[in-house]
Amino acid sequence: MASTTGKPVIEHANPLARTLLEKLDYDQLTNCMRCGFCLPACPTFHETGMEPASPRGRIAMMKAAVDGLMVPDQQFQDQMNLCLGCRACEPSCPADVKYGQLIEQTKEAIEEHATHSLPIKVIRKTVFKNLFPKRGSLKLLGGSLAVYQKSGLQKVVQSTGVMKLFPKQLSEMEAILPSASSKGVVERLGTFYPAKGEAIAKVAMFRGCIMDVMFADTNVNTVELLSAAGFDVYIPESQVCCGALHAHSGEMNGARELAAVNIDIFKQLDVDYIVSNAGGCGALLVEYDHLMQDNKKYSESAKWFASRVIDVSTLIVEKGRVPKFAQKESSPHAEKIKVTYQDSCHLRNVMKGSSAPRKLMKEIVNAEYVEMAQSDRCCGSAGIYNVVQPEMAGSILEHKMEHANNTQASYMLTSNPGCLLQMKLGIEKHKPDQTMKAMHIVDFLHDRMILSE
Amino acid sequence: MLNEAVVRQLREIVGGKFFRTDQEALITHSYDGTPMLQALPDAVIYPESTEQVSEIMKIANSNLIPIVTRGSGSNLCGGTVPLQGGIVMVMHRMNKIIEVDMENLTAIVQPGVITGQFITHVEGLGLFYPPDPSSMKISTIGGNIAECSGGLRGLKYGTTKDYVLGLTAVLANGSIIRTGGKLTKDVAGYDLTKLLVGSEGTLAVITEAILKLIPQPKTKKTMVAMYKDIYGAARTVSKIIKNQIIPATLEILDNPTIRVVDDFAKIGLPLDMAAILIIEQDGEPEMVERDIEKIQLICKEEQADRIDVAADREEAEKLLTARRSAFTALARLRPTTILEDATVPRSKIAEMILRTNAIAQKYNVNIATFGHAGDGNLHPTATTDARDHEEVHRVEEAFAEIFEAAIELGGTITGEHGVGVVKAPYLEWKVGEAGVEVMKGIKGAFDPLNILNPSKIFAKETKKRVVVQHG
Repeated sequence: MASTTGKPVIEHANPLARTLLEKLDYDQLTNCMRCGFCLPACPTFHETGMEPASPRGRIAMMKAAVDGLMVPDQQFQDQMNLCLGCRACEPSCPADVKYGQLIEQTKEAIEEHATHSLPIKVIRKTVFKNLFPKRGSLKLLGGSLAVYQKSGLQKVVQSTGVMKLFPKQLSEMEAILPSASSKGVVERLGTFYPAKGEAIAKVAMFRGCIMDVMFADTNVNTVELLSAAGFDVYIPESQVCCGALHAHSGEMNGARELAAVNIDIFKQLDVDYIVSNAGGCGALLVEYDHLMQDNKKYSESAKWFASRVIDVSTLIVEKGRVPKFAQKESSPHAEKIKVTYQDSCHLRNVMKGSSAPRKLMKEIVNAEYVEMAQSDRCCGSAGIYNVVQPEMAGSILEHKMEHANNTQASYMLTSNPGCLLQMKLGIEKHKPDQTMKAMHIVDFLHDRMILSE
Repeated sequence: MLNEAVVRQLREIVGGKFFRTDQEALITHSYDGTPMLQALPDAVIYPESTEQVSEIMKIANSNLIPIVTRGSGSNLCGGTVPLQGGIVMVMHRMNKIIEVDMENLTAIVQPGVITGQFITHVEGLGLFYPPDPSSMKISTIGGNIAECSGGLRGLKYGTTKDYVLGLTAVLANGSIIRTGGKLTKDVAGYDLTKLLVGSEGTLAVITEAILKLIPQPKTKKTMVAMYKDIYGAARTVSKIIKNQIIPATLEILDNPTIRVVDDFAKIGLPLDMAAILIIEQDGEPEMVERDIEKIQLICKEEQADRIDVAADREEAEKLLTARRSAFTALARLRPTTILEDATVPRSKIAEMILRTNAIAQKYNVNIATFGHAGDGNLHPTATTDARDHEEVHRVEEAFAEIFEAAIELGGTITGEHGVGVVKAPYLEWKVGEAGVEVMKGIKGAFDPLNILNPSKIFAKETKKRVVVQHG
């Protein structure tokens, strides 16, 4: 009987094609039946109308490169890098093709052969090898950033227009960066925070790296919210970056090293759930089992880890005692405050957590939840996508803000730091008709939490 | 390969960005939704007007370059695979809804409009465009017209051909023709509109269509009936029609499909049932109530084991989930999913399903059947692996016998997917030698140099019929 699986036996002359053949999951490439159901879900297909910028097109090119039908040239690499990695194509795929894994394998192969210019090499090394994996460096950066912001230096820099010397998208980002802090959640709350009332379960919080420097308040609020909902919260101090930015940039080994550290640390705690408040991190954490599947030492404990990962909103709605939320300082006759929501792609498409945040927003007394058109579509932030693909990110954001404006909402809530910054940037750049503020859903809920005596 | 002069001229017509010969463009236009089929074109072009299409056709015609027009490439008969190379013409840029005429209840659209978006648009205006192919979220109106697509509402409302009133089309030599109009009655000469609908891109390039719209039905009601005996389900189908009730939707899932769907969706379908019918009626509230009651009665008479009527839309959606997830569930079983399109008179549904199952057993292949029972349009679906050549060969043999069976039962080789290249070897079985000759004559009249979607519909050789017997 003929074999029904396996890769083709091909000797490729092109080095990238060889690596693609080695890394790509050929079964997944074969599973794509080219029905085209993924096309309407894809933001880059939506923006360009071009088949190569669709998941079906990209998979066809991956397969063609492996099969020797095309040489993976610069255009091939550009097209793969144009993918946001939002994974909206996955829920729409009848055949359940693991596109996210295919694009990561492709990016990893591309990265192995990349000939970056010296400055890019230095930046990548700094970011991936020194900055994110090492908490001390990040804290130091957070501290310097805080000094920069608080000392008045930021104002001086902004007024001198020195930022104009940097690429436009970087200077735009600089303007909307939140207040950084060198004091993270552990420094403020310690490593354990008990449940209010009887404890429902024992959870460990994944504090993230960017989250804990740029959004340390959100981390503190997350812990308090979890406690109010009835969870004993542990915050292991030696946890490290999740590795998502590494994985999305083709630095898979870096991601695996970080995963191993995290798995060891959380395993010791023997918790019921591992809570994430950032969709981007959560989506990699929930796939640690896939990331570590070839690592004999870690594959079992990675499964243990992945099966416990849950988003904060989902945990509260599905397992917790949902606290009472009310719009404070609001007279009974005041018009209801309008709230809308931008899905985190990774929370929605990978963690399947799109309904819980909506349920929580609808719980708030004297607030009205308004669904934004195409709220399920990527905002263009996508890790560092808005920095490396400014043109596509800009055009996606412009369309996003048209929909945001139509909601007439005063608050735009999100569940991921990247999306939050992108929404802030969108509001800043495209000024909606009404005043609109972008916030993490946890912060918004925390502000409105009514603690029963 | 195209010569430099041709490349220069085509680039001038549409601009450099919209005429492409790079690897990326060629690879991503070498396939459509059909399994196991791929061929590279020489170039890809994206026109934006009828005039541009006309200019392109003049150049293609005088240089004998094959032109394959294409929407989203979701078809399942290989209709948009450029088997002889040439140029793939993508109609995506021609995607405007030009007009919705509220007085004549018509719409004028360009071919690249996504069908689902068009339906949403007219429903927003309180109107109804019934053709609803399962691919409508992505497929284009132009593609639907080219293949004469059907859908779940075909039984009551007909298919695409019943809603096309007029067309603007470009012939192979670049001439522009206009057929029909916003007219209900028109017998001036041959009906070229109907001829072009379903012509699979082999006669002309459709660049504009006038579509018929109808008032929206006021209410809908959905129910499901489950049977231990497949003949009971089949008799129910015939009896509903015989009682002069025409439901909007009347779908069947056979036992292998029920098992797969439940295994995937875990919605508690009874695994011991031979078949499930999903029935929906729409229209005036009193009529819908009356019809659904009558249908329930018929289901009971035919020994339905269980009948569930949805209390509200939410519950109706749950019932429809089973039908909708059939394709999804089947597609997850094995890497390659071959969804076919055999169609029989509705009185022969049960026999066709039983014969299909027997054929699957004979060839030792996995085939599950679901489809539009009300209009006799079944989708026997094989799950296999393209890399296992021996098994794929058995699947092909099984399908040949399934088509044979469909024709014997008074049916056809395709109800809504088109002939393309996949069914071409079987066309003569259905229309006969004289039929094929007439069709070839028509093709010659429209496209004498055979540049429009060559190698489609007409096969070099007719496949031998597996069983030579007429029942």
